[in-house]
Amino acid sequence: MTALLENRSVVIVGGGPAGLSAAIAAYEAGEHDVLILERDTQLGGILNQCIHNGFGLHTFKEELTGPEYAARYIARADELGIERRLGTMVMDISADRIVTAVSAERGITRIQASAVVLAMGCRERPRGALATPGYRPAGIYSAGTAQRLVNIEGELPGREVVILGSGDIGLIMARRMTFEGAHVACVAEVMPYSGGLKRNIVQCLDDFGIPLLLSHTVVDIEGRDRVEAVVIAEVDERMKPIPGTEVRYPCDTLLLSVGLLPENELSRAAGVELSPVTRGPVVNESLETSIPGVFACGNVLHVHDLVDYVSEEAAAAGACAAKYAQEAQAAEPAPRITINAKGGVRYTVPSSVSPDRMDDTLTVRFRVGNVYRDHYVSVYYGDERVQHRKKRVMAPGEMEQVTLKRADLLKRPDVSSITITLEEE
Amino acid sequence: MFDVIVIGAGVSGCAIARELARYDARVCVVEREEDVCCGTSKANSAIVHAGFDAQPGTLMGKLNAEGNRLMYEWAKDLNFGVLPIGSLVVCVSESDLAGLYMLLERGEKNGVPGLRIIDRKELLEMEPHIADKAVAALWAPTGGIVDPFGLTVALAENAASNGVEFRFNAPVTTVSRDGDHWCVTAGGETLQTRAVINAAGVYADTIHNLVAEEDDRLTIVPRKGEYYLLDTTAGDYVHHTVFMLPTSMGKGVLVSPTVHGNLLVGPTATDIDNKEGTNTTALGLAEVALKSSLTVKDVPLREVITTFAGLRAHQDKHDFVIGEVKGAPGFFDCAAIESPGLTSAPAIGVMVSGMVAEALSLSQKPEGVFNPTRPGVPNLMNMDFDEWDKLCQENPAYGNIICRCCRVSEAQIVDVMHRTPTPRSLDAIKRRTSATMGRCQGGFCTPKIMELLVRELGMSPQEITKHGPGSELLVGTNKDHIKAPVQDQEGGEA
Repeated sequence: MTALLENRSVVIVGGGPAGLSAAIAAYEAGEHDVLILERDTQLGGILNQCIHNGFGLHTFKEELTGPEYAARYIARADELGIERRLGTMVMDISADRIVTAVSAERGITRIQASAVVLAMGCRERPRGALATPGYRPAGIYSAGTAQRLVNIEGELPGREVVILGSGDIGLIMARRMTFEGAHVACVAEVMPYSGGLKRNIVQCLDDFGIPLLLSHTVVDIEGRDRVEAVVIAEVDERMKPIPGTEVRYPCDTLLLSVGLLPENELSRAAGVELSPVTRGPVVNESLETSIPGVFACGNVLHVHDLVDYVSEEAAAAGACAAKYAQEAQAAEPAPRITINAKGGVRYTVPSSVSPDRMDDTLTVRFRVGNVYRDHYVSVYYGDERVQHRKKRVMAPGEMEQVTLKRADLLKRPDVSSITITLEEE
Repeated sequence: MFDVIVIGAGVSGCAIARELARYDARVCVVEREEDVCCGTSKANSAIVHAGFDAQPGTLMGKLNAEGNRLMYEWAKDLNFGVLPIGSLVVCVSESDLAGLYMLLERGEKNGVPGLRIIDRKELLEMEPHIADKAVAALWAPTGGIVDPFGLTVALAENAASNGVEFRFNAPVTTVSRDGDHWCVTAGGETLQTRAVINAAGVYADTIHNLVAEEDDRLTIVPRKGEYYLLDTTAGDYVHHTVFMLPTSMGKGVLVSPTVHGNLLVGPTATDIDNKEGTNTTALGLAEVALKSSLTVKDVPLREVITTFAGLRAHQDKHDFVIGEVKGAPGFFDCAAIESPGLTSAPAIGVMVSGMVAEALSLSQKPEGVFNPTRPGVPNLMNMDFDEWDKLCQENPAYGNIICRCCRVSEAQIVDVMHRTPTPRSLDAIKRRTSATMGRCQGGFCTPKIMELLVRELGMSPQEITKHGPGSELLVGTNKDHIKAPVQDQEGGEA
């Protein structure tokens, strides 16, 4: 039999920090028919296994653990009575916003949504994607998988550990594994800078005497059954291993923290345009994708450094989705200004803005492609430089942002493009 | 006393066991690893070769063509994944065209149906990403792709359900003649049997040489092949198996879709000394990357989800070694089963079982006793939503997704856990369901599968392995090695 088609206003795909914040904001914007679809058996997403502190400094001016941070949003969603279906995996989203999901409880369900918010988060890049030579033994885990085993299951995946990649989860796991009685020999990072937050390098590596080997990578994995050793070599500026620099590290475990990939299989199948840089949807000022009525936020849009920014961004997406659902028809096309990323700025989210549609201010988030010291972040409206702000250090591991003002844009009706760039002076 | 002991639970051993199950005989398969399909059978090109490659008159030539026909037939009874997508041998130089016609002629002598030379225009229509230098190709419509795990598991399950015993973690250490029968020591236990079949893959020489005469020694060289496996996003980059016609520049590598929807690129061919040398190398992977471009343009290698290496059981004469060993009555070799060994497996099963049945004068089971069918594992990836919904209504566990990349539900994993041979490791579950095989490579589903192993098979988390003893996933529990500081009653130093 064909599953029944159910009509809902705002359907949110994913009940992690992005989905929760989007759902609450949609409700608070006046759209009470909000449904969260979450594949796990509880809300909160990856925060549930992030038992370290450091969450919520911006949002709550407090230092919370991941589960505590999630609990605040879950409590609010409970209070508002926002419906959620757990253990429910979305399998398909169509261009006309029919969401097909599967769960043990309901089997296959099809929901016609007025607006959809994509909040699926991201996944870790696995060892296979690096094509690291060597054997394929037990003991190779992505940092997040190890984090789940340790923090949720209470199981120890290794005693003598090498970590490849200095993403935040890898740094956090270096400390966690140490706490749990393992020895972390080193963290190797192929880039000449860390991919993680400065505070994590200090608090998770430096405080425990764990060396960070920049411009180093794993060139061989030994051990047929269980990892017995990894070989680490220095790399040149093109990231090719330098012969003769190999050092063998006997160990039983290799943890990988080598990048997060926005999980956009559903978006791609729906026909959502994706950015080759962020691997997330291309969005406008409303965080709306190339498909009208489909919005995106959080790590599925672009990988964030702090969950606080995920919540903030998702709240904007949720409010826009509510507005879309409440307007009977799609808004008239409005003039659109492209936002260009230049000179060390890798991308911007959003990548276009309509002065007619935006709120009084618009936060534009971006990441830089290298470590920049004493550089200026400049914003140009056409050829006119309107912002010029000095930053002592900018690094790829940390997200940056600028704020655009609607009033400024309305004053300049001829502007057809905005450029965000880094300048030395 | 067994009638037959088969050494090795690879695809050959399992095919022979399944065919022997048709006879009134007590059959046991002994395997050094923890599961079926752990050696050459698990890491190869997964191709159903049409049969134009082997020299006419060789065992390879005969069994390849016959195996190709049986493979598609057996898939109906045994429900493993096989797709007759056809294969292309691409010629990249006008001067090599003669070689293409030679291959055509050879294939026709081997009885391969439907072979045809196609020109560049037709080739381009079939494969838009074909290399600019491609001038023509040999089209073999009976070529295909197969799930080598699914095939081997299906054979083993069907053999087991028809009475064949399996013993795992049981490496054979001695084989000796005792009067009218053989004694086989496997995993420390000595088993008696009337006949022995040596299907030990890269170790078939070791087993053979336990019983063979001085002048009848066998040498198997492990020939390593390294591969890239690309994400399903690249799965339709080519639509057929694309081989390169060997040139003076070498043999080239193949580019092919897999039955799981991925793209497979490889292999290299390097003779090595180490029979456990299944590691990939920087050089080997670079070679695959370079050679893939000879036949197919811009293969999207950035979509790689894993790389792996397999070992072919190569022997100098480059033909299968099948038959009773001289001076060892009742001891049969099924050795040097290298490419097209996977394709030939069904035909090898028929041939070797027939040989042994004749030697032992085994009689067929009465009509209707042997059940040739084995239930498949539902594949949600290829299923429409209505059909899937129906499964969920019957068994809600079909609605609980465990492996999201390969769309594997709790129901399928629990199903295979209660079959014989029983999968007890992550890789054994992978071979039967494809869970952990996708783009996240088990990052998401590993802890979930561990929970199911605990719940369904009563294992402790610490017992769970990736692929058998020594590959335990965990080393202990949190803080289990941290000792509290010892203090005496007064609080002074102990």
